[in-house]
Amino acid sequence: MSVQRAVIVGASHAGAQVAASLRQEGWAGEVVLVGDESALPYQRPPLSKDYLAGKSTLAELAIRSAEFYARQEIRLLGATVERIDRSAGRVSLSTGESLGYDKLALCTGARPRRLRVPGAHLAGVHYLRTAADVDLIRATAKPGSRAVVVGGGYVGLETAASLRALGLDVTVLEATERVLERVTAPEVSAFFDRIHREEGVCIQTSALVEALAGDARVREVVLSSGESVPADLVIVGIGIEPNTELAASAGLVIDNGVVIDDRARTSDPDIVAAGDCTSRDIARYGSRVRLECVPSAGEQAKAAAATISGKCREITALPWFWSDQYDVKLQIAGLNTGYDEVVLSGDPNRDRDFTCFYLRQGELIAADCVNRPRDFVFSKRLLTQATQGVGRAELPLVTVSDLGA
Amino acid sequence: MAVVTFVSHDGETHAASLEEGQSLMQVATNNAVPGIDGDCGGEAACGTCHVIVDPPWSDRVGPSGADEEQMLAMNPEREPTSRLSCQMVVSEAWNGLTVRLPEFQM
Repeated sequence: MSVQRAVIVGASHAGAQVAASLRQEGWAGEVVLVGDESALPYQRPPLSKDYLAGKSTLAELAIRSAEFYARQEIRLLGATVERIDRSAGRVSLSTGESLGYDKLALCTGARPRRLRVPGAHLAGVHYLRTAADVDLIRATAKPGSRAVVVGGGYVGLETAASLRALGLDVTVLEATERVLERVTAPEVSAFFDRIHREEGVCIQTSALVEALAGDARVREVVLSSGESVPADLVIVGIGIEPNTELAASAGLVIDNGVVIDDRARTSDPDIVAAGDCTSRDIARYGSRVRLECVPSAGEQAKAAAATISGKCREITALPWFWSDQYDVKLQIAGLNTGYDEVVLSGDPNRDRDFTCFYLRQGELIAADCVNRPRDFVFSKRLLTQATQGVGRAELPLVTVSDLGA
Repeated sequence: MAVVTFVSHDGETHAASLEEGQSLMQVATNNAVPGIDGDCGGEAACGTCHVIVDPPWSDRVGPSGADEEQMLAMNPEREPTSRLSCQMVVSEAWNGLTVRLPEFQM
């Protein structure tokens, strides 16, 4: 029997973990990891944090060393996969070559949602997803320059914090009425609004960008109110879109992401998928969810590698997230979708540490823990392990002020 | 070359050569040591790189920091010499160090 080959498309968190886990699962065949960036697979979360602030190098962000891939006989191939021929079991590469596969893992990730307004093409307008994106931003981010961040989500706020650390004047423009509107309770939004203002960031909410204006470079951001905000550089962080085109053109089922089951299987038995490009029905939440986070990418990748290796490992871990801004470390356990009550431990209007527990019908479903690692570990463990719902009486409350919705 | 040994919960040993300046978590992941996930990449955010330092070594590798301590405090498998390996910067002087892995990471 000839040697089997697993081809992994996309060499970021999910792809690198599929490769590593294939060897841990005992896959004896070839492993080819195809990626379109020149560096070794690297940690993406620090890009908007330490890497942008100049506190780490790309080499330090490598997920694993070059020696690891060599020792584990994982072949790193720099190319873009342009087409999948499922009947022939081959992928076509941007280099003109094609590569046969027995098993295929799609870890194609996501790309930043583009700002579609006049002037969005101007020089000085940036997105933040890759190390190359950040290198470009850093080249123009000089102390005293005026930066405008479009989007008050996690990436936007982390970027604002890092640019402040570099000595820039920073304005954050958020289209809705509060920062982090899509992901946190109003109390948590108010906290981050306060922290950023205390650190000297100007935040404008309900600020709709109508156009970017300038000459050779962007000079100002024009709002629908008619106001304009001067800018030497603009960084757009308004969400991401999953890279599903490759899978879609191969006829795989897509629904706001490449559809996978609890074992990372797509609609083709020889193809698995993992990471930001996927969506999955999660029984706990009763809906199809596309998670945008590293821990989920890792979990899905481990399940995908097991499936390829003919084993069974279900994706069970609870979603969790983290964000660093200034001296504030936010750790989030679970998804708060559908919460109907929040319980606060600590005072977000005054302190720099507190926890916001989210409950649905009296049961804990998620927690935003700000500089409270202890509450995070507590919540993550209970949400993962508790066989029955955890109610308000069991929460570790330092001080309680019920601001239930 | 300095070598550190990881002992899994079921007693299996994995020896790994260390590179000065790396974190112990990086040593583990670069050497495919099973049982250390390091999901957050070394930010003391996830608690999936928990190790228990062989007691005779605990003074030499030092105690846990404040954030690390909070992450460990709620861990049911926590022992007096528990550390998050992402917060341990290795040195050549650690040649011979042995750490045990818990049954479950966070």
